[in-house]
Amino acid sequence: MAKITIEKDRCKACEFCIIYCKKGAIKLDKKLNKRGVHPAVFIDPDKCTGCVMCAIICPECCIEVFK
Amino acid sequence: MDKVFTRPNSLRDAETHYCAGCGHGIVHRLVAEVIDEMGLRERTIGIAPVGCAVLAYDYWNFDVTEAAHGRTPAVATGIKRVLPDRLVFTYQGDGDLAAIGTAETVHAANRGEDISIIFVNNGVYGMTGGQMAPTTLLEQKTATTPTGRDLKRDGAPLKISEMLAVLDGAVYIERTSVHSPAGVNKTKKAIERSFQTQMDKKGFSMVEIISPCPTYWGLTPRESLKWIEERIFKTYPLGVIKGK
Ligand SMILES: Cc1ncc(C[n+]2csc(CCOP(=O)(O)OP(=O)(O)O)c2C)c(N)n1
Repeated sequence: MAKITIEKDRCKACEFCIIYCKKGAIKLDKKLNKRGVHPAVFIDPDKCTGCVMCAIICPECCIEVFK
Repeated sequence: MDKVFTRPNSLRDAETHYCAGCGHGIVHRLVAEVIDEMGLRERTIGIAPVGCAVLAYDYWNFDVTEAAHGRTPAVATGIKRVLPDRLVFTYQGDGDLAAIGTAETVHAANRGEDISIIFVNNGVYGMTGGQMAPTTLLEQKTATTPTGRDLKRDGAPLKISEMLAVLDGAVYIERTSVHSPAGVNKTKKAIERSFQTQMDKKGFSMVEIISPCPTYWGLTPRESLKWIEERIFKTYPLGVIKGK
């Protein structure tokens, strides 16, 4: 069991975290954030292994990982 | 649950001005992580370039100064000679380092200055609107090569790391990439080795980091990762170039 938190208004929707999440536990939100983009959201705590791949590839440093 | 990944202390809690998918944010964080892990925050002096990273001092939480376009290795030389116990590094784009600042780069390396260069190669002049840089790939379209870079007209991509590697003063040069988590990890190790090389007073070192610029490559962030793997690595292969 692991989880991540994404600071939604910092996300620029580059999708790097989504591309590199092997478990498919992140997707783009339907709602827009303050920047006017669809930010990444964490959808599946059951799938998350806390591998930190999403966090280390995030150019905005807006993902924290808990394990 | 324990927090296993968070922002390093040396990176301010500030929003960056970079475009979506730009690699500068990743490299800023890696530099900050390495400085924290080496316990050098109070002893570090960074020199920010002219280019998209011109505001790096707003993002790092240690001393950072600024230099005229391309002149950071000269400024770093002065600072390091006066304060030899500090970690002194320059952070430069490929326009800054490989075009206007080529002379300063080559001579700092040739003198074997005890400094580290973090060289972010995104193949274009980002800040000014995506013009061709010396590092732009052949056939790559940019604002100043709308039909693609032409060998006869524009010359070949400049391989700065390979050039500097032949100089006796350069002790460690590696090319890495931040297009994948594995690449990010290797880049962090390379930055650490460069900083350690300097703290051990061994001489000049540089890490060239291939970094995405989706905006001026005319690609989505996702496509720019592919472009790096399929196109850029053919011209700029990764690995330790000096100091194996
Ligand atoms: C003396 C001088 N000449 C030209 C410029 C215009 N200029 C600003 S940034 C830049 C190029 C930056 O490109 P690069 O170093 O690749 O960094 P990037 O923005 O891509 O990160 C140029 C030519 C300037 N600021 N000063």
